[in-house]
Amino acid sequence: MYSNSYIFRYASVMVIIVAAILSSAAMFLKPLQEKNEAIDKMKGILASANIKATSGNAIELYKTNITEEIVITNSGEIVEASKSGEVEPGKSLAFNLDLKKELYKKSKNLEFNIPLLVVESNGIKTYIIPLRGTGLWGPIWGNIAVKDNFSTVVGVTFGHKGETPGLGAEIDTKIFQSQFVSKEIFNDGKFQSVKVVKGGIVTLPANMHIHGVDAISGGTITSDAVSEMLANCLENYVPYINKRN
Amino acid sequence: MSEEKKEKKAIFSAKNRKLLINPLHKDNPITTQVLGICSALAVTAKVKPAFVMTLSVMAVLAIGNVIISILRNGIPPRIRIIVQLVVIAALVILVDQVLKAFVFDVSKQLSVFVGLIITNCIIMGRFEAFAMANKPWESFLDGLGNAFGYGWILIVVAFFREFLGSGTIWDYPVMEKLGVYSFGYENNGFMILPPMALIIVGVIIWVQRSKDKTLIEEK
Repeated sequence: MYSNSYIFRYASVMVIIVAAILSSAAMFLKPLQEKNEAIDKMKGILASANIKATSGNAIELYKTNITEEIVITNSGEIVEASKSGEVEPGKSLAFNLDLKKELYKKSKNLEFNIPLLVVESNGIKTYIIPLRGTGLWGPIWGNIAVKDNFSTVVGVTFGHKGETPGLGAEIDTKIFQSQFVSKEIFNDGKFQSVKVVKGGIVTLPANMHIHGVDAISGGTITSDAVSEMLANCLENYVPYINKRN
Repeated sequence: MSEEKKEKKAIFSAKNRKLLINPLHKDNPITTQVLGICSALAVTAKVKPAFVMTLSVMAVLAIGNVIISILRNGIPPRIRIIVQLVVIAALVILVDQVLKAFVFDVSKQLSVFVGLIITNCIIMGRFEAFAMANKPWESFLDGLGNAFGYGWILIVVAFFREFLGSGTIWDYPVMEKLGVYSFGYENNGFMILPPMALIIVGVIIWVQRSKDKTLIEEK
């Protein structure tokens, strides 16, 4: 029979060894993992502007397509702007801005910054706005690309940590995301956002159809979370847009 | 010389071969032991994640079995389940970290399911039933065998679900290349949902038992 002290010693030694192995593995693999995460973020940003990237060419496409990376304050002032080629892809302040922290500052009524990315092709600018919000089970995030009138949606991408498969998790499917294309964020210069409507946009008055998309049946909480995320993130850009005009 | 021969013979003796082959059919973890069903439902919507899941389970199960088998004489029986869990959890986290570093896309698809290997009953089952009482080499074979047995079911299920549900195999658009969409063929969205995995597993069990009557329990 094993004594109690043997059991304690056995358990302690085992735990220390396992901890050492795991922490060293985490340390060594971290740079690779961070690079993968950055590439994934780039893919999301590019996809919202309808540029299809793979893990292999994401960095290259990001470099050639994203022409400007801007950081704006909540009052609409530009903090920092870098043109393409000035910084390495994935290293700019705008790209690495932690939206979660900034939105937390917003909730505490503090000053905060927001990122804005620009794609320019044939002289036409498309603006990409990163999004972040809270879903049913965990964080949801995404990117929305708008035309240079800052109102017409070019495309969106959404991602989530662990929404219910088949219900809330449908936000990351093409079918759901394609509904957003050519919806309007502004209504006669007034901020409207795009809402995800339970029961479908048919329940809205006809003039509101361009400000709504159909929700996912059975995924109401996640659908509402997407509406909330869009409104909460997009409204921050209103001061900047007003100043621009 | 004679001793060496004896050892070589022992490595792949008939008994050891059985350890490797039995789980593929007669002792299959999914269809006969009915273990690890939940993960079989979760990761089989596409072939690729199913394949990666198989490799991950194989790594965890084979290495874990060996570790437990080496430690088996020192593990205090009163905390043996905890020790097994620590070994599983540590290996699974290692696998997860490696996937995140080298095959990020796949790890994103598998997301929580890699973590769920920890709760895969096959692993605890084999540790407790086999590795605690057998030598490392036998345990290694048993681990590999059971992972293979689990894996082939996973991949067969994933094959049908991806082929009929998404019209692709390993993300290659087979149905599109065959041109069946122009005849009005539609992918069956139901195949993507977990219940169909259960039904396909059921069909496999049915076929297996109708071929091999010894698997049918006596009432």
